[in-house]
Parts: sequence; C-alpha cells; structure tokens
Amino acid sequence: MAQILIKDLRKDFGDFTAVHASTFTVEDGEFFMLLGPSGCGKTTTLRMIAGLELPSSGEIHIGGKEVANLPASERDIAFVFQMFALYPHFNVRRNLSYPLISQGMKRSAVKARVQEVAKILDIESILNKPVGGLSGGDRQRVALGRAIVRDPQAFLMDEPLGALDAEFREHMAVELRALHERMNATTVYVTHDQLEAMQMGDKIVIMNEGQVEQFGTPQEVYNTPASLFVADFIGSPSMNLLPFSGSVEAGASKVDLGGVEFDMPVQREHCDESMVLGIRPENISLTDASSYRSRVLATEYLGTSQIVTLETNHGAVKARVGSSFDVSVGDQTGLAFDAGAITLFNAQTGKALQSVLHEGVSTNG
Amino acid sequence: MSYSITEPSSRQKKVAGSLVILYAFITLVPLFWVFMTGFKTPPDSISYPPKILFTPSMEGYVNLFTTRTRVSPERLQQLPPPANFAEEIVRNRNMVIVGPSKYGERFLNSVIIGFGSTFLSIFLGTLAAYGFSRFKVPFKDDLLFFILSTRMMPPIAVAIPIFLMYRKLGLSDTHVGMILLYTAVNISLAVWLLKGFMDEIPLEYEEAALIDGYTRFQAFYKVVLPQAATGIASTAIFCLIFAWNEYAFAVLLTSGTAQTAPPFIPTIIGVGGLDWPAMAAGATIFLLPVLIFTVMLRKHLLRGITFGAVRK
Repeated sequence: MAQILIKDLRKDFGDFTAVHASTFTVEDGEFFMLLGPSGCGKTTTLRMIAGLELPSSGEIHIGGKEVANLPASERDIAFVFQMFALYPHFNVRRNLSYPLISQGMKRSAVKARVQEVAKILDIESILNKPVGGLSGGDRQRVALGRAIVRDPQAFLMDEPLGALDAEFREHMAVELRALHERMNATTVYVTHDQLEAMQMGDKIVIMNEGQVEQFGTPQEVYNTPASLFVADFIGSPSMNLLPFSGSVEAGASKVDLGGVEFDMPVQREHCDESMVLGIRPENISLTDASSYRSRVLATEYLGTSQIVTLETNHGAVKARVGSSFDVSVGDQTGLAFDAGAITLFNAQTGKALQSVLHEGVSTNG
Repeated sequence: MSYSITEPSSRQKKVAGSLVILYAFITLVPLFWVFMTGFKTPPDSISYPPKILFTPSMEGYVNLFTTRTRVSPERLQQLPPPANFAEEIVRNRNMVIVGPSKYGERFLNSVIIGFGSTFLSIFLGTLAAYGFSRFKVPFKDDLLFFILSTRMMPPIAVAIPIFLMYRKLGLSDTHVGMILLYTAVNISLAVWLLKGFMDEIPLEYEEAALIDGYTRFQAFYKVVLPQAATGIASTAIFCLIFAWNEYAFAVLLTSGTAQTAPPFIPTIIGVGGLDWPAMAAGATIFLLPVLIFTVMLRKHLLRGITFGAVRK
C-alpha cells in the first residue's frame, strides 16, 4: 500500500477545463473520498490517478513514484467501476484470475489466491457461475474481488455503490468499510453522495467545477466549511445561510444581524462587504429569551428529532430540535445560535472568513 | 380467463405463426424447385405440366461434373461394360465421359475468393472500426462518410475503369485481384456495421483490462473481440453472401483461372442443349457453403440483427 500525492493536477478537454490545479495527499491506508456534484471533475481526477486519462499538467506520485504519464498497466492500482465492468464472457473465477494471469503468476498460485479472496468476500459458492446472472450485490463483490486479488498499491473506486438499490447500498457501504479496516488499503473513492462520503471516509476532498473546495476529515468539512458551496453541499438539511450586510473587524467576537448581536468565534479577518452567516440546524435553539424573532412555517417530525422551518428577516431558517419539543405552525419565537458554531462567509468570494474556529482548515491539501 | 398485456393471445400467436409459415413457404418453394430439378432427368425437367412426382436421377449431377461426347450406338456396343453408375447414365444417352468438367475448379475459386475476401474485409474492418470507435481520429466523420460514399453508386458503374486498371496491373483473372475487389466493396459495409457493434461495447471492459495489467492490444484481443463476436459473425455473413453471389464483376474480370461459380453455371446451358438438371445441381451445390456458414453462425446472426434494439 502506498501514499498518493497529487500536485497541481490539471486536465483540459479542448477549451473546457475539467480539473483546475488540484493538490491533495492521500495518506497510506486512508479511505479517501472525492466528493462533488456531477460534472465537478472528481471522476476525471480519479481516472487520471488510474492512468485512464493523461493529465494536461501536474504530478501524480503513487508510493513515491511519479506516474503521471505511465500507462495504467504499469501503475499497479486496482479500479472498481460503477457498472462493475466484469468481463461478461468469463465466469466469476476467470474474472478474478485475470489480473493475476497478466502478471505471469503460476496456475496453482492463481487458484489459491482466488480461493483466498473468494473466502474473504464470501463468494466461494458462485466461483463457477457466469457473471451474467449474478445479482447486483454479487457483481459488486466480484468487482471488489478483482480489485483486491492482486494486492495493488491502491484501490480506486468510481461510485461503486451507485448502481445498487438504496437498501442494499447501505449494507454494501458497511461491508466495504469493514473490508477497508481489514485490508488497510489506500483507497480513493468517488461519490456524489455526501452522506456516503461522511459515513465511510477518513478524509474528504470536495470538488466543484474542477476546483478543490475543501480538504479535510468529515468533522472538519461539516463543522468548518471553507466555502458557501461546501456549507450548502454537506449536511442534510444543509447549513442555514443568512445573507446580511455590515462589517466585521479582525478580533471581533460579535456579529450584528439585523440589529441583534450574536456571539461568534473570534475573527481573524476583516470584511466590510456583504456577508453570509452560516449556522447548522442543530446549533439553533428556539427560545423566547432571544430578541431575534421568527415565525414557525412548518415542522417535520423525524422520530429522533424534528426539523422546524422558521421565517426570519434574513430568509427561511431550519432548526433541528428535540422531537418532544412543543412547537406548532404559526408560533412566534426567538432564535439563539451556538456561539462556537457560527461561520461567516464573504458573499462575493464565497469563501469562509478566517476565525479561531477555522484555523487549520485546508482548501488545498 | 386472464390475459396479459405483453404476452400475445393464442389467437394472435396462431395468426403470426401462419404468416411466418406462409412467408417461409413462399421463399422456400423456388429453392425446393431448384433442388428437385437437380434430381430430374432432362426430359422430366422440361415436361409440361411440371412433374411433382418423378423418378430421381443423378443425371444432372453427373452432367455437372463431367464433359461428355456423343458416340454412335455401334461404337457404344464395342466398349467394355460401364465402370460405374455415372458411365451407365451417360451411355443411356449415347454418350461417353471424356473428362471432368470445370465445375469443381470454379467452385474452389468461389471458395477461395469468397472466404478470402470475407476474411480480409472482416480483419481490416474490425481494426478500422475499433480505431474509429475508440480513438480520436482526425477528420473522423469525414473519413467515415468517405468510406460510406464508396457504396453510394452501384459498384458496376465503375466496372470499365476497374477492367482497364486490372488489365494494366495484371490483376485480371487472378484470385488476388478478385479478393481485393470484393474486399474493397465489402469493407465499407464491414467498417460501418462493426463500428456500430464496437460503440455498444462499454469502454469500461477495456479500461478494466488495462488496469489489470494488459496492453491495449491484449485488451482488444482478449476482451473486445469476444464481445464483438456477434457483430463480426453477422458482418461476415453479409460479406460472404455478397462475395459469393457476385456475378457482374466475375463475368467481366474472370474467364479462366480465377473464374467463380456464378458466371460458370449459366455456361452449362450451352453444352448439349438446355441441361436444366445440371444447372440446378450446380446451383444446389453452390448454395451449400453459404447455407452451412449461416447455420453455423445462426445464433450470432439472430442476436446481431436485434443488437442494440433492447438495452441489456
């Protein structure tokens, strides 16, 4: 297994730039998520790491070796495709053997290794079946098997759970993560599903329009989004974004929102353009003690909690409160924000303003 | 009684079945007639009203494969008894066999030229189609159009230039010349058909093979080709049928060494009157290779025709 280092990686398709100078590092043994909406360049990035696309410029190091211009077959990586891409004219055993045969491994050794992998993935009973008739889950396992059979430097996965139905996806996600714990293999995993990324990843890179928006652990990207895009993309419901105008000085610890002052983390940056205040739904509490007034528009009961939609002077806000909390549509109430959970954004640039909270947040690894 | 929206009712099935049988009957009657005529005697073959029931005879086949000469009955008496059934049939018509006919040779020419040009068309067509399907080829669309444009006129329209060209190049009446000619006509069809099939094969299979440590050529050979087998088989059948049945160029460009069966069969007519049974026998044998080839690849052909119609 190996570390993967991406430096200033760029890919142009004619006039269109799919990936702008991306830089990040995947540590040895890490489960690394490439997250973003469709068309953001995450798959292109993964394909460049795999060697299925050649970068326009930039460096890719796998295990300390510069591989940016090597063919895929010389990079010693394994790739799991979204549609699995099992060789349809082979049975399961031959699909699993194929990567080993290319290395010139002895027949008996191939057989033993395939058996071993089949055991890990619990697919011994289907080894001699053609892949055509397999269920989605079994295909997924065979595709994983083909990846791990060779013991490569890294696994690259392109939305491997995307083709499965919702119920089974949950199950496979757990299985995949367990497999990772067991093999401790460097894995780069592309997904557009932020829940999947949060649930499975050690680290997440969030991409948008070919740019790396943020790089960090699930906790970091959730609690301290580096940009409006990340704030909106991560979390369900997503972070409340309240646009306001005013000015904030470096060192300030209070922000004036429509005449009401809120405590916030100490700012490190000055800004007097229009701004956006970001606060997660669970960091809002409904209390009449606050002079920031709002009216309840809707409530959604979710069992463990409820989501209350409120109308404020700065637009609709969602708050997550306890399911036993008594609230009904039309109620007037005050809102209080957890002081430590507020992030301010510059509305023009879309970037988060630096504060004590944001120290160490990385937009480029 | 329950019924299903998608499953045809038994009445619909009966109607459809009858139509298919009727159509098969209409198409098979001429073939069957040719087949029967091959086993008739010459008088039976031209009798009116046509004979449905007749005593089968091998005369047509014997005449097809031999050249004969007429001798006087007195001379016939002096000959030793016939050595085999063929001689016996021939002597009943006051003739003796003087040697084999050219049919065997011509048939072999058809096999060499037909299968040779099919193989070449498929070989070149597969490589070209793969290239067009997978690589960024400069002026790809123009090239594909150019390739197709060779089919926009009947090939025979260029017969005279080709005739002159072939004479100059010494390709007239050679196997190589005919193979090249049929390949040139077939390759546009092969490229276009095969490109369609290649486009349908997901790129991921090759990418998976590349990542599994195979070279581009190995990926093509071991993963793409087996996937394209259906398309290759059906394209091969179309190419073979064209090359096998081609008549006009064969008449024009071949006369001896490389003459194929289609221009030869009608010449039988001139030998000793209207020998319909011999011609029918020649046509029957001529049909066999394509028939066998098609039956062998039948499974692929059926899939090939419906390919891409339903997403798997």
